Amino acid sequence: MEKDLLVLGIETSCDETAAAIVKNGREIVANVVASQIESHKRFGGVVPEIASRHHVEQMTIVLEETMKQANLNFSDLDAIAVTEGPGLVGALLIGVNAAKALAFAHQLPLVGVHHIAGHIYANRLVKEMEFPLLALVVSGGHTELVYMKEHGVFEVIGETRDDAAGEAYDKVARALDLPYPGGPHIDRLAQQGKPIIDLPRAWLEEGSYDFSFSGLKSAVINTLHNAKQRGEIIKREDMAASFQASVIDVLVEKTVQAAKHYQVKQVLLAGGVAANRGLRAALEERVSQLDGIELVIPPLFLCTDNAAMIAAAGTVLFQKGKRATMALNANPSLELA
Amino acid sequence: MKVLAIDTSNFVMGISIVDDQAVKGEIITNLKKNHSVRVMPAIESLLQECDVKPNELDLIVVAKGPGSYTGVRIGVTIAKTLAWTLQIPLVGVSSLEVVAANAKYFDGLIVPLFDARRGQIYTGLYAYRDSILETIQEDRIVLASEWAKQLKEYQQKVLLIGGDGELHKQVFIEELGDLAQVAPPSLHNPRPSELAFLGMNRKSEDVHTFVPNYVRLAEAEANWLARQRERVDE
Ligand SMILES: [Zn+2]
Repeated sequence: MEKDLLVLGIETSCDETAAAIVKNGREIVANVVASQIESHKRFGGVVPEIASRHHVEQMTIVLEETMKQANLNFSDLDAIAVTEGPGLVGALLIGVNAAKALAFAHQLPLVGVHHIAGHIYANRLVKEMEFPLLALVVSGGHTELVYMKEHGVFEVIGETRDDAAGEAYDKVARALDLPYPGGPHIDRLAQQGKPIIDLPRAWLEEGSYDFSFSGLKSAVINTLHNAKQRGEIIKREDMAASFQASVIDVLVEKTVQAAKHYQVKQVLLAGGVAANRGLRAALEERVSQLDGIELVIPPLFLCTDNAAMIAAAGTVLFQKGKRATMALNANPSLELA
Repeated sequence: MKVLAIDTSNFVMGISIVDDQAVKGEIITNLKKNHSVRVMPAIESLLQECDVKPNELDLIVVAKGPGSYTGVRIGVTIAKTLAWTLQIPLVGVSSLEVVAANAKYFDGLIVPLFDARRGQIYTGLYAYRDSILETIQEDRIVLASEWAKQLKEYQQKVLLIGGDGELHKQVFIEELGDLAQVAPPSLHNPRPSELAFLGMNRKSEDVHTFVPNYVRLAEAEANWLARQRERVDE
């Protein structure tokens, strides 16, 4: 029997300081996330300098908690994986430099991981991947359709041309006077309202898997503005439901089209917006109608930013021979390749 | 006792290995290059040159700021992580104090400074008394012109030291006249071996709670606090 592969993952790309240990790329041994969201709420969004300061305060505490949870020593580990990008550069730098210091101190191999690769590999902590597969990645910073024909090889077949879906959620939430972060509030209101307001759906050119949400966002803001000027009242619940219906229609339809075209075996949902109940339900319904395609949605704690997903993706890259040197840098606009 | 000292608070990158009283090696560059890419390779190669393995280190000393927020954080993150994982003590020393230590034989007040934009400087006031470097005024951010006025009241010789001294020297010369001197370029770069010696006999920090000394709040936080105060006043 082969020896177990133990990888420590570190993630600091935005406002979560996270570390985790994953066994054989599939099993969580320890998983610690220190969220800064309470600190950023007062600013109505993540402030990069504040995020960086919190990461310095949290990093070693989170690492210690992780090692304690796992009940392991560094000599038990096989590699260290860290998010090298994309994300906030100052935030990424803390994780990258902590990871390098650990790799150096214990002479362990170091692997740089793309944040989106991490989100996709969160699924492997739930269910073994079957290729080819299609991943829909939706979060505050990303809306992407990624095709994978084997482990560790990613092909972005569609991405947003303007706002990410999560960004549109936050902006619309602000227009509806909902607190930050807006996504969960819109999802909640949408369950209580009806999608009766006519809002656009950006299908783009025939056959394109790209997304665009800025037109939709503007339509919501204009509709609210015009109604206000005319003295009409639009129920927030109905606007939330209508906006969410428009976002979900486009996300689900493009995912289904791509899944058919690429004849995939699995569709994975990844990223923080995977917590959205409306999206989950719609995707479940549509994918269940497709023959032989399995839908995998990780539990909520693996959808939002965490380091277990980085360790999981890092394990595969490590097995494929990927190594970083002590010169590894944070790359805020790293491409998925 | 093997000490690793790290300073990345400004453009100067400084790494040293000091073994008891011997400076085994130092790397000092003064370049507008990315610390994140260069610091760990520099530490790796210096330790290798000096035949020191990471687990043979006894103490980490780091320059804790003030300086570039990002720069200070890189050094502090590496220092905290190394100290934590190697289970050795960590000492933080003022980045300004390290520069001041270069003026060992100056008989008067030592004013290290880093430019902080818009006429402001990060600075403090130091002096050697019986060959020990003493802090006379804590590190701060202040307008250079304001600082010059405050220094005038001491009616003593003042040495401006640090690479950004040239940028601000006129302001001090106008206020202090002959009392103001500017250190020569060879003394401007902080020396990581001085950092190691300054840290060697100090009380160590709690690794988890140790943070950089930014000297000022993040802009968003300062604005937020100001708004809270307005609300209270209303
Ligand atoms: Zn994410």
